[in-house]
Amino acid sequence: MTDSFLKVEGLTRHFDVSKPWLNRVIEREEKSFLTATDAVSFEIRKGETFALVGESGSGKSTIAKMIVGLLAPSGGTIEIAGHRIGPDHPEAIRAVRQRMQMIFQDPFASLNPRWRVGDIIAEPMRTFGLLSGSDVTKEVARLLEVVGLSASDQGKFPHEFSGGQRQRIAIARALSSKPEFIVCDEPTSALDVSVQAQILNLMRDLQDEFGLTYLLISHDLSVVRHMANRIGVLYLGRLVEVADSKRLFTEPQHPYTRMLLDAVPDLALSGRRRKPVTGEIPNPINPPSGCAFHPRCPIAVDRCKVEIPAQRATPTGTAACHLVDDVEKVSAG
Amino acid sequence: MTEPLLSVRDLVVEFPTRRGVLRALDGVSFDIAPGEVLGMVGESGAGKSITGAAIIGLIEPPGRIVSGEVRLAGERIDNLPPEAMRRIRGKRIGMVFQDPLTSLNPLYTVARQLVETIRAHLDMSEKEARAHAVGLLDRVGIPAAARRIDDYPHHFSGGMRQRVVIALALAAEPELVIADEPTTALDVSVQSQIIDVLKEICAERGAAVMLITHDMGVIAETADRVAVLYAGRMAEIGPVSDVILKARHPYTSGLMASIPTLVQNTDRLVQIPGTMPRLNAIPSGCAFNLRCEHAFDKCMTDRPPLLDVAPRHAAACWLVEEETQNDG
Repeated sequence: MTDSFLKVEGLTRHFDVSKPWLNRVIEREEKSFLTATDAVSFEIRKGETFALVGESGSGKSTIAKMIVGLLAPSGGTIEIAGHRIGPDHPEAIRAVRQRMQMIFQDPFASLNPRWRVGDIIAEPMRTFGLLSGSDVTKEVARLLEVVGLSASDQGKFPHEFSGGQRQRIAIARALSSKPEFIVCDEPTSALDVSVQAQILNLMRDLQDEFGLTYLLISHDLSVVRHMANRIGVLYLGRLVEVADSKRLFTEPQHPYTRMLLDAVPDLALSGRRRKPVTGEIPNPINPPSGCAFHPRCPIAVDRCKVEIPAQRATPTGTAACHLVDDVEKVSAG
Repeated sequence: MTEPLLSVRDLVVEFPTRRGVLRALDGVSFDIAPGEVLGMVGESGAGKSITGAAIIGLIEPPGRIVSGEVRLAGERIDNLPPEAMRRIRGKRIGMVFQDPLTSLNPLYTVARQLVETIRAHLDMSEKEARAHAVGLLDRVGIPAAARRIDDYPHHFSGGMRQRVVIALALAAEPELVIADEPTTALDVSVQSQIIDVLKEICAERGAAVMLITHDMGVIAETADRVAVLYAGRMAEIGPVSDVILKARHPYTSGLMASIPTLVQNTDRLVQIPGTMPRLNAIPSGCAFNLRCEHAFDKCMTDRPPLLDVAPRHAAACWLVEEETQNDG
């Protein structure tokens, strides 16, 4: 694919969740690891919005943190704008840091309560040495207006703003280093729906204006559908399906995607009957063998219990399911 | 129409603060019929949870009910002494809160918490209570209930814990269950399971439900009627399909349009300008007037009462009056 901005291959992250050494010796236990992300590969094209959806514990935020460099991967590669990122390539990190930013979920936690809004927004410009002196103040004022606040808000503290306004401040801060790529980790989950609409519209406008590329992390399927061009569905640290946004909803390929779609409450009152969802996401420390979804899967066969399915091409993208070609038949019959 | 199970009339709740008195609920009235599910929606700070807390007499001091009344099956309960209220709470009104980890005691096994609750309200021996508890856990869908009952809350996943909380709320066979954001802390796939359990089990026992949530999707799937709160006031109340599809209050229709759906294709979401006013800055007249595109002079000065737009459907908006006059 041409114009890919971000390329992630075989991205894996383990967390050591072992008990302390002495307990392990006494209780004769092995070290235990939690696999938060297991060989995840995807690409984000320039100017598009790629979304990752999944339930809690599916590894969404771990992927986001590894991409921006807040966590080191245990395996796999990340390539941003042609630069390979990793501990072996410190110069590459410096080259791309300025080009990417992140927006976090909780605008109450992500802004320093002791800093004035002007300083919060100016920090990236100062750190990267983009502007200095009175130019900084001018640029901060401009950014505040871009995100729908007033230039006179510079001198205020974060506590003087509502949740939605704080998220606007966080967006202004993200824009201040003039990034091309923004990782948005659940940007509207902490907000009320009417405020969520304002923030989502703002993010769209900014994307059009500055040609931004987004990685959107969310558990809310309707938000993802509204915002994204392509969607990746995660289950227990593995990518189970990647598809074009609209078609994921009309032609879901992987049985997990189908289940997830069935679980979304229907606001249109169409009288659609939901299929009851069964089971819960298993313990990631001890995930099921083979396809991690097989214990909950309505169409699982013996092969699913032993062999981890690889990504295969589907009419809408790719899906990691042994039965993906048969899914249509099974659900029809 | 049958006599309502719960009747709330002109409820006013105020919180005195150093900077003046904040009116968190301002003249809220509604009824819940026996066995009915009433959804209560609104943004943070609209007064949803305060309404629930006021009904069960759990408003944190210095907050207090200033005026209005709450009746349960015809009997006034808002002015009962704490001891009498405690007997109603749990027995006649069950509660399910948002976070299942904080509503269960981490130091006690599930069995102990259930048995204690059951024996506090029902005349049962330890053994009977335990059997009843196992039956409840089984009913809310906990696998191997007889074995799991001796586990501690941290042994259960979030969804399973919320099932335990539902079992706890229903332990004494209440007439009304107040569920305050019961699924907000859960994932979608688990959310739908919990909603199904809550709905089924209440229907089966004839318990009415007051479902407090900010999630319109959950309301649409679950509730019979829905009440929309805005800045401590009732903006609109009516049957779910009427309120969702034929909203008459500009706030309700704006709210509905601002939610992205799985079927519509729009480039931009409808957005209501501004935010809900803080409680110390509610404008005179209609509380929504500054954000409303249809606001006219009367909205700035006079506060609209709930006006009937259809049988059982009412909206607090002067536009309703205008239209009825034009029609007549």
